[in-house]
Amino acid sequence: MEFGPYLMLAMLEGAVLAAVLALMASGLSLTFGVMRVVNVAHGEFYMLGAVMAWFVAHLVGGGAAIAFIAAAVIAPLAVGAMAAAADMTILKRIDYDPERTIVATIGLLYVIQQVTLMTYGADARPVEPPFNSRIALPWFEWGEEGLALYYPWGLSTTSYKLFVIAAAAVLILAVRLFMTRTKAGLIMRATQLDSEMATAFGIPVERVYAAVFGIGAGLAALAGVLIVPVQQAHYLMGGDALLLSFIVVIIGGLGSMAGTIVAAILIGMSDGIISVFFSPTLAKILATLLVALVLVFRPQGLFGSRPR
Amino acid sequence: MTKSIDRPQSASRRSALKTLGAAGAAATLPLWARYTNAQTAEPIRIGFQKHVTGIGAAYGRWYDRTSQAAVAKINAEGGINGRMIELVTEDDGTDPKRGAEVLEKFANQSNCDVAFGTLFSHVVIGSAPRAGELKLPYFVVSEGHHVASGMLNRWTLQPGITDVKSQVQAMAPFVSNNLGKKVTMIFPDFAFGHDHRDYFSKAIEAQGGQVLEMIAIPPTETSFTKYFPKIPRDTEVIYHVMVGPAVLTFVKEMGEFFGPSRPEIFGFIDSLEAVDLSSPGLDFLEGTYFWEGMPRYLQPDAADYVKSYRDAVGVDENGASTEDAKDVSTAAHMFGCWETLHIIKAGMEASGYSGPGDRQALVEAVEAMTDMPAGIEHPQGAKVFNGKTHQVFGSQYISQVEGGKLIVKHTASIEDTLYPDEVDYTTQSF
Amino acid sequence: MSRSLILHLGLIAVLFALNFVLPPYAHGNIARVMTLAVYAIGYNIAFGYTGLLSLGHAMFFAAGMYGAGLLLRFTDMGALPAYAAGLAAGGALALAVGLLALRTAGVSFMIVTLMFSQAVYLAILYFGEWTRGDEGFVIASADRMIAGVDLAAPQARYLVAWGLFSVALMFLLWLVRRPSGRVFVAIRENEDRARLLGYDTFRLKLLSLVISGVISAASGAAYAILFGYAGASFAGVQYSIFPMLWVLLGGAGTVIGPFLGTLFMFYLIDLSSGLTDAYMLIAGVALIGLTLFAPQGIAGEIRRRFWKDLP
Repeated sequence: MEFGPYLMLAMLEGAVLAAVLALMASGLSLTFGVMRVVNVAHGEFYMLGAVMAWFVAHLVGGGAAIAFIAAAVIAPLAVGAMAAAADMTILKRIDYDPERTIVATIGLLYVIQQVTLMTYGADARPVEPPFNSRIALPWFEWGEEGLALYYPWGLSTTSYKLFVIAAAAVLILAVRLFMTRTKAGLIMRATQLDSEMATAFGIPVERVYAAVFGIGAGLAALAGVLIVPVQQAHYLMGGDALLLSFIVVIIGGLGSMAGTIVAAILIGMSDGIISVFFSPTLAKILATLLVALVLVFRPQGLFGSRPR
Repeated sequence: MTKSIDRPQSASRRSALKTLGAAGAAATLPLWARYTNAQTAEPIRIGFQKHVTGIGAAYGRWYDRTSQAAVAKINAEGGINGRMIELVTEDDGTDPKRGAEVLEKFANQSNCDVAFGTLFSHVVIGSAPRAGELKLPYFVVSEGHHVASGMLNRWTLQPGITDVKSQVQAMAPFVSNNLGKKVTMIFPDFAFGHDHRDYFSKAIEAQGGQVLEMIAIPPTETSFTKYFPKIPRDTEVIYHVMVGPAVLTFVKEMGEFFGPSRPEIFGFIDSLEAVDLSSPGLDFLEGTYFWEGMPRYLQPDAADYVKSYRDAVGVDENGASTEDAKDVSTAAHMFGCWETLHIIKAGMEASGYSGPGDRQALVEAVEAMTDMPAGIEHPQGAKVFNGKTHQVFGSQYISQVEGGKLIVKHTASIEDTLYPDEVDYTTQSF
Repeated sequence: MSRSLILHLGLIAVLFALNFVLPPYAHGNIARVMTLAVYAIGYNIAFGYTGLLSLGHAMFFAAGMYGAGLLLRFTDMGALPAYAAGLAAGGALALAVGLLALRTAGVSFMIVTLMFSQAVYLAILYFGEWTRGDEGFVIASADRMIAGVDLAAPQARYLVAWGLFSVALMFLLWLVRRPSGRVFVAIRENEDRARLLGYDTFRLKLLSLVISGVISAASGAAYAILFGYAGASFAGVQYSIFPMLWVLLGGAGTVIGPFLGTLFMFYLIDLSSGLTDAYMLIAGVALIGLTLFAPQGIAGEIRRRFWKDLP
């Protein structure tokens, strides 16, 4: 394939990854920003979203579209409730101590993976997208008669992939509006700035934490539902997704929502584009080192201001 | 620091004596008496490394079913030397460290006579040194080239499944004669994929073909479309092989990439092992070709022993579980467990195996094996075992997707799969 | 002081005595636990004592494993020089990573080490021609000899693992009682104050990380030589998480904790896998339970309740 169309294809693929990543990472960023804990089980909530989408799709009849909508409603709510329960039974009792939270969420990760393995199984299972038509994309060239459009071999995407990008954008906008325009969002931001002060003002910080943990997990689950028609639901799919969202959150600057979104786009797109120029594994090595070096020379992340 | 060979490493003394006594008595009895004695004799314990958790779990499930079916069959026919088989299953977590620990457990704690295992090469390679040190016969069903390459040791054998080198080179004549000479290869960027890259590109060049491009996919990848533009326009055949949970995404995205105008596609069924061919997005595979270790779908001309084997394992005519049509088997690999267990039986009977003291004799008996005729013991087909390289050779199947099913179009002969020996394990000491 | 010396020397003596009484399976397990406990000890120096939360120690373990393993695979230099080279590889990598990564702190440091380690893991796959990638390679038994002693023999393996473990344990005990060891703790507790007191905290953290890297590499190289295998899975993320778990379970910032945690985790998985396939469930519940009921880890809990000055 020629360079131009190739680059465009890589960018389209990068955009799908970026969209899902932004959604998932904003959940992680929310919990990190408000609660100051690293949730290692975040990837498992993403996996649970995908797995539940499969279950829902198989229980709900009436075609792929209805099943998909049902999954998009049920899975995040169920996962969010589960996460809030975990917060109240475990994290609250260890007082959100950063190190103990890491161990506890690793424990949670094992439990979730094993239960999924026992109930759902070890297979990667597909979920049918609500709609999916291949869209061949045109490219232009300067021919004898000036600018002309043509359809290069392989330059295409699917309507569902475009939908993923749009849906993620809408959802992230909704989260942003929720945080800035509603009272609940105001309370969360107040807790983020100073939880002691928030307590003094009568904000039920514990309930806020449970809600934030639940919402964060719900966003991961929603990302899982969105991606499952493109990839498949598998009980180990959370690991790589977790790593990527970690990177995104840190690069974006801890607790900075806007930074997280920009970083997700950056990481997602560069993953696609670097693979155009280098052999794939070498590209991964370079991208990984690049992330490390960005942090080395800008430890607060691209958009973080808080010196550490 | 004793290194005595015949020390019964595993058994506590009392149980070892009991085993030896019972088995010794059984060996001297006539056949019918062995049979009646079978219920009382100490069972032969076969340690089974199973991928229960980790990336290989889908394979582990079917390796388990096949092995259990083979054990049930062998026991129903009187066991081995009149003794029942007992499968001692341990999870290796699809991890080489745990694999080695599990092997120690078999030898030193659960008193297993032999160990029998597993698919993923890194688990086999991580475990094999321990098998050699424990002097525990270790029968692997991995299809890796590690055994025949000479990397492992005299105690590790692969008599029930062919290795990737012979599989790959046997595909080249068919591909170049029927599909095209200009090939682009897509494979995972780690050792298994590199074996495909090296052996196939050599074999296709020997056929007058040429590999235009080799696309190595990083192992952590979950989306693939961005790699497909590297496929050169003049490609006549795509050769693909992927493993792991992302395989279905890979094949689906390949279909979306090409749309209506695809080149010929030839893949290793590993790319879709345990995946339902009627999954959404796979329609484009109609007319493409796959290597199969053993046909997944029941072929119209299947022999009776193939049907018996499939019934025993619980596989329907589409290669799925008879209990759940969505639960697709790993048909192209799991037959190896069935055949290996029958070879352990044959080896133990040939060597008059009576207990851990006879482990060396068992290995020598298996090394002495050559022709293995097709039949219920070898439902995949006839095989030739090479005692020097500890590796078996057999026919390979090439199937085409027709009406959503895999129909065998070509059977590569054993001769196509042979290559010069790279090791002679029989010269190594025990 | 003397009480703690008795405890640690006592542990070493008990482990030595166990060599002669353990049944074969447990004998092999303890040899492996001791080898890996060295890894945990190395991790504990950086994390438990200096407060450097690294998620990339697998790269140091792998540096030792491959530093020794590749030399044994491609040269005839013998096990001991190869082992030394493994240590050097771990130290050099830790120095290079430390110079860059220590410009960050906290969660950023965690991610930077994770990234470097991931790059090492991918590099092992990328150079598959030499490393055999994920499959790994077997280290020939002829290469696993030191002065004519076959390290694959159970007794020799156990005693070498025991010797290595003893040296690492006593070194840590010595280190944490020295001034520099105490400064590590000061950095962990409050880096700004340590700096105000005139310590070059960057240099000291680098020292801590290099010591940690060398000891982790010592474990990796020993694993390769004692158990005869080197593979990329040991460089993966899980093997960065494991030492953290072992240390947190056993008790971060204690000398004996890493061993206890490694032992506990090994038997937790080994025993529960005998009961059920769902042993990860048991492991997960146990981890959660420990954070709830013994938050300082096993040795930390002992220190909190019974033994205030347990090092």
